[in-house]
Amino acid sequence: MYACIHAPDGSEQKGADLIDVAKSFSPLIEIVDRNTIVLPIDALRRYIGPPHQIASEIARRAAERKITGNIGIAHTIETAILAARNLSGVTIIPKGAESKYIGEFRIETLPIDAETYSVLDRWGIRTLADFSALPDDEVAERLGPAAIRLQQYSRGIADRPLKPAPLGAEYEERFELEHEVSLIEPLLFILGRLLNALCDRLRSRSLATTELHLRFDLANRSAHDRTLQFPFATRDSKMMLKLLQLDLEAHPPAGAVVAVMVSLTPVKSRVLQNGLYTPLAPEPEKLELTLAKIRSLAGEENVGSPQLLNTHRPGAWKMRSGAMVAPAAASVPCSRGGGQRIGFRYFSPPARARVELDNGVPRRVFAKRISGDVIQAAGPWRTSGDWWTNESWDRDDWDVALSDGGIYRLVVERRMDAWFVEGAYD
Amino acid sequence: MVVHAGAIPSHIVTNLTWRQESQRERISTGIDEVNSVIEGCPRGGITEITGPLSSGRTTLLHSILAEAARLGDWCAIVDATNALDPTSAAAAGVDLSRMVWIRCDGDASRAMKAADLLIHAGGFGIIALDLCDVEPQVTRRIPLSWWFRFRRAIENTPCVLIVLGREPNAKACASLLVEMQREAALFKGANGFQRLDRARFQVTAQKPPRPTAAFEARALE
Repeated sequence: MYACIHAPDGSEQKGADLIDVAKSFSPLIEIVDRNTIVLPIDALRRYIGPPHQIASEIARRAAERKITGNIGIAHTIETAILAARNLSGVTIIPKGAESKYIGEFRIETLPIDAETYSVLDRWGIRTLADFSALPDDEVAERLGPAAIRLQQYSRGIADRPLKPAPLGAEYEERFELEHEVSLIEPLLFILGRLLNALCDRLRSRSLATTELHLRFDLANRSAHDRTLQFPFATRDSKMMLKLLQLDLEAHPPAGAVVAVMVSLTPVKSRVLQNGLYTPLAPEPEKLELTLAKIRSLAGEENVGSPQLLNTHRPGAWKMRSGAMVAPAAASVPCSRGGGQRIGFRYFSPPARARVELDNGVPRRVFAKRISGDVIQAAGPWRTSGDWWTNESWDRDDWDVALSDGGIYRLVVERRMDAWFVEGAYD
Repeated sequence: MVVHAGAIPSHIVTNLTWRQESQRERISTGIDEVNSVIEGCPRGGITEITGPLSSGRTTLLHSILAEAARLGDWCAIVDATNALDPTSAAAAGVDLSRMVWIRCDGDASRAMKAADLLIHAGGFGIIALDLCDVEPQVTRRIPLSWWFRFRRAIENTPCVLIVLGREPNAKACASLLVEMQREAALFKGANGFQRLDRARFQVTAQKPPRPTAAFEARALE
């Protein structure tokens, strides 16, 4: 059986909503026109129930989207379409009773060409019942084989396979602006509306997204593209809008905007199993939003999670800014084996120092806010590497305890022949 | 006019009753000597660690972060002066993959705002605010209302806010105030072939007052 939803609203937005409603029942739908959609309902019987329950469920979901229209349910696609287009409310046509329901429809309701219509009109054929009563052979002889198909339609017995709507560009929304907009705030209203529609579409198909692509067509004929990656699958439109706002404040478009396009990459939604004994962790959406706010405050390169690099370069690390998602299980931190380790803290930037030497060993150190006699010194520890790149290093390290009470690391940059206080043990 | 106690509705009496502070769960510092004195850092409160340079503040912080990592908690470090050394933190046992690091380029106000956002985001076991290398003249200008705001925001959460500095900043808002001192730096080896081997630090809890404890930490190899 097939259900046809006909909503004679006509607006583009309602048409998209209608598709969303139909897609929430079946991945295969036929878009007859902007106002009419057909979907198969045989498989829904197991999940929802008999046709009248399916019809009421379709009506309920359509009402949620503020769509008003008719629903026709029949054993053939064309009969369902005829019923939805010509009978108000919900119409369920049992098998064999098609002519009883559609027989009174005007002949114009068939997809009939003008020439055939004029012939039928001259014959005095006004309704589908009149047309279906004509003998098949005579109709075929006078109007050709296409008319036989039309006659089967009028009897409600013409069957044809569903023509599924092609996939693609489903999670993309575009909005042309009537006037150029150069402020971000008005654009956010439009973005919010587009994101709501896209996220509703994702929700109706139990999907989520990990990537959002935004394109502004600018008045100067260029485009402003931004891509946001989410470290987790989400369909929270409010969170996406806030992240977009922060991103646009950090990277505003270079001109007035004339069109907005938002697209989402659909992925499977997250499945989480929380437990009573799960360790404390920030909610991914909240964490991402908080970090985005802090990035706008402190700079993108200054926020993230440090990652040690596999190199002999002293203190080599990089900031991992994306994908702040907790590992599946708490990773066991590396063992401290043998008690506490002295912490080290860097001076940023390293303090340029004047060092007095005695037989090659530092005896007195003077730097900004640091000065004192060297009480004990250990070194030099010479390291060098990456000489084949532009980021080579070649340095001698000293650990010194000064009379001011601090334990410092002195570094001789051998290429510059200069001393620095890199940091302190603390 | 005489008001009899029996005439006052019970809900008013309850609201006027002095609220006893509930026993808070504590995160171990990971150092037995320190735990024996301060019993760990109270969750839902501010812990202040103060002291001069090389007094062991960072060592103690790394140790607490390592304990939080062992429990599976997420941590955040708001680093006012970009001082964190991830290598020594990882060597102390800190789980870097569950740690958010915010570098504030020496801007204390930025650090306070970032800490505020993190505290209100929730979900962190420990948030450390490192103001060690910020000039005391700057930290003294931080309005006390910030610290009251922080205390109020975390008081019913399992989060510990650790503030590192040269001198106390949160003052009355801190649940635990620890003062650190360096006792000795121990170098090992013959003359000319020495290396920094260990350092010995002193811990004194000023609030609530507790006896002094000392612990040793080894240098990285």
